[in-house]
Amino acid sequence: MSATTTRTPIAPETPAKQKPGGTLYRGREGMWSWVLHRITGVAIFFFLLVHILDTALVRVSPEAYNAVIGTYQTPIMGLGEVALVGAIVFHAFNGLRVILVDFWSWATRNQKVLFYIVIALWVITMLGFVPRHLMNVFSH
Amino acid sequence: MTVIESPRTPARRAPRRGVNLEKWGWIYMRASGVVLVVLVFGHLFVNLMVGEGVKAIDFGFVGGKWADPFWQWWDVLMLWLALIHGANGMRTIVSDYTNPGTVQRILKGALLLSTIVLLVLGTLVVFTFDPCPAGSPAELLPSFCPAA
Repeated sequence: MSATTTRTPIAPETPAKQKPGGTLYRGREGMWSWVLHRITGVAIFFFLLVHILDTALVRVSPEAYNAVIGTYQTPIMGLGEVALVGAIVFHAFNGLRVILVDFWSWATRNQKVLFYIVIALWVITMLGFVPRHLMNVFSH
Repeated sequence: MTVIESPRTPARRAPRRGVNLEKWGWIYMRASGVVLVVLVFGHLFVNLMVGEGVKAIDFGFVGGKWADPFWQWWDVLMLWLALIHGANGMRTIVSDYTNPGTVQRILKGALLLSTIVLLVLGTLVVFTFDPCPAGSPAELLPSFCPAA
């Protein structure tokens, strides 16, 4: 038996542009779209539960509602609202992307491009929202 | 005797009767999602971007909005679409991460129960809301109240 056939196999050279995960899905745009959609969805769901209950306080008394809604106007909660709106805006735009990918063959082929469009629209929307919101929160 | 079919045999369709609830759930997520983009973005714009934003929200602000049936129906529609959309999404997640059994039944039961309770509560609050409750300090009430 020759030495060449018994030698330990050497891993093939890594291509210059190795794709993360090396598969069609894992580590790629589609996976991150799914991960972020799931995380933002759960976060929004639990906020919604709280938000229905705090709004229901208008049926208790003006004092009770104002006391609780006042805590939403503190600087820390103001930053929390930035995170909440960020989650909602991503979930909204990415949800529209999912619908397009489901129903339109062009979007199915170009789902990666659409993911970057979602990110771009998210950045633009947050640029419109965050400065105005923080000015409201941090000014008197 | 069990017949082992050839590998390329097309999957036989399971006998189906009645409505396919999972299909309608799938359709609901997309249909409600599109409407919710409009309703939630409108909600966020009016409550956080216009005027003083979150700083302006108090009892009088809510009273002023819900004096108009337009905002009552906007909020009730948003409540039903969003809560069912969210609970159905959570049901998917529970199905993904738990095995069929007691834990899964408890989690899905809790989702169903909390959804029904909050839908009833929220709808009653919007439609039985009194913007001018008697005996409340005038400065806390909307400007259209006789006491204010």
